[in-house]
Amino acid sequence: MFDALERVSEYVWRIPVGYKKGMRVPGIIYASEELLLRAHEDKAVEQVANVAFLPGIIKASYAMPDIHWGYGFPIGGVAATDIETGVISPGGVGFDINCGVRLLKTEFFAKDVMDKVDALMHEIARNVPRGVGSRGKIRVEREELEKVMVEGVDWAIRNGYAWDEDTEFIEENGRLAGADPGAVSDKAFERGRDQLGTLGAGNHFLEIQEVAEIFDQRAANVFDLFEGQLVVMIHSGSRGLGHQICSDYIKVMDKVVRATGIELPDRQLGCAPILSREGRDYYAAMACAVNYAFVNRQVMAHWVRESFERVFVKSAESMGMRLLYDVCHNIAKFEEHFVDDEREKVCVHRKGATRAFGPGNPLTPEKFRHIGQPVLVPGDMGTASYVLIGTEEAMRETFGSTCHGAGRVMSRSEAKRTISGQALKSELEAKGIRILAGSLALLAEEAPGAYKDVSQVVEVCHNTNIAKKVARLRPIGVIKG
Amino acid sequence: MLPFEVLEHTADVGLKAHGHTLKEAFENAATGMFSLITDLENIKPSTSQEISVEAEDRESMLVEWLNELLYRFEVEYTVFKRFEIVEWDEEHHMRAVAYGEPLDLGRHQIKTQIKACTYHMLKIEHNEDWSAQVIFDV
Repeated sequence: MFDALERVSEYVWRIPVGYKKGMRVPGIIYASEELLLRAHEDKAVEQVANVAFLPGIIKASYAMPDIHWGYGFPIGGVAATDIETGVISPGGVGFDINCGVRLLKTEFFAKDVMDKVDALMHEIARNVPRGVGSRGKIRVEREELEKVMVEGVDWAIRNGYAWDEDTEFIEENGRLAGADPGAVSDKAFERGRDQLGTLGAGNHFLEIQEVAEIFDQRAANVFDLFEGQLVVMIHSGSRGLGHQICSDYIKVMDKVVRATGIELPDRQLGCAPILSREGRDYYAAMACAVNYAFVNRQVMAHWVRESFERVFVKSAESMGMRLLYDVCHNIAKFEEHFVDDEREKVCVHRKGATRAFGPGNPLTPEKFRHIGQPVLVPGDMGTASYVLIGTEEAMRETFGSTCHGAGRVMSRSEAKRTISGQALKSELEAKGIRILAGSLALLAEEAPGAYKDVSQVVEVCHNTNIAKKVARLRPIGVIKG
Repeated sequence: MLPFEVLEHTADVGLKAHGHTLKEAFENAATGMFSLITDLENIKPSTSQEISVEAEDRESMLVEWLNELLYRFEVEYTVFKRFEIVEWDEEHHMRAVAYGEPLDLGRHQIKTQIKACTYHMLKIEHNEDWSAQVIFDV
């Protein structure tokens, strides 16, 4: 079955350079046999090999255990490129630039406040616009939107949507440097204007969860997580603004590839040298979408805090509604990593992969620096999400990256044929999971059966040490578009 | 000849649109895309919008055409069901009229959120008839 693949260890597989003519480096897949079989069936393995064609790619084209068939890059793909000689690829980031996750803590035990969950869900659902075609509550005209793009969550602080301490607990402190609104098209501005603070649809969600199990007590203590704790997870991205920037630049890169004769096995892998004008413009525009997405999640978190305040008639501060962390899983960034024992600045593409910096990294919040960065892994709504912690091994092996979620196994139309939205809703409710969904058809697409078992994915990360388990979170209330 | 078929893709969804001419396949691709978003029978073609697309070749014109429609859907809150390409040079330029109506979430239930049209597995074929294949990011 896996003839072409070399087994490096129980959970690590190598696609040799000779697998496809044109590969510059091998492919490395982190997966159990079962997960690999799935990836093999749906051509994701081919995509790992295709990414290895990118000029300037360093060490290998990596795939995390939640690997599945994407377009161009596989979902779960990680590729680092050399800044001097390498390329940057919008397809290596994806359409939903800075799709990511944040986790808000509370000081409540879930069991003590179960009678308030319905009220909380309705309050949050009333406060946070969601779904396709719904308008946001905030309208930011061009000048203000430019500030959002450049300042990120600092904009949110100035406008009363964030606590001062929030930025400390966001990847890049909620403000990726290098953003230039001049590189963003008018169309992207149009799309971004009334979607700030909106959840969107698809796999995005807002969940009230309970910390169901602690695996690493020491890390949990540092993260202020305890068994039985009520927490809130927000999974969303840069909405139409990011989709438009990606579309705009894939078109630009397509021209560059033709003009320069870069050979690629898939047109969606379009790219440009990092140091070229097109490469720089893409980065500057992508950073705008990254910051927009940080603000998007921040504004929603603010409304979640307000919703708790209304339901409990207490201040969010007194309920301990601090941010554990906010991480991106669709992004390209310049980071320092060890390459051949030397520190080198590289461009890391994470397409459905999460940064997982180990202990001692200066970019990790001071509070956690001695143990490593919190990694948030959203699961599918019926099962679980996880909090993991970054490791030394991830730094050495995967450019500080790990998995980002469960990974799909069933196409959306198949999911809809197999599962009706209504039946699914009843099934989840029978398990004690409350659901508020804008569209039952969209709900069916995201049914747990459509995904790989997130626990299996996390187990592979844990066993290969590209992240360690800290806590498992169980959904109590799910809000979707 | 079916106007279009829906293609299965694990994470995403695709379309293969057919036509006696490439122009017709492009029109059918647009119809197919909106049929994924919502039920076409609930859309009244009461308003129209003109859409111009410029591209490098016919494949990218297909992507640009569909992305432009997604943009109009999102920014102008309009759903479309019928498309007529009125200017057509096959490779670099087209102008079309799209007929539809303002989005009304009460009547137009959203079935799939389409983020964008990708270049992945993008294919235009001509045998007896024409076909145009695209994969969407959803």
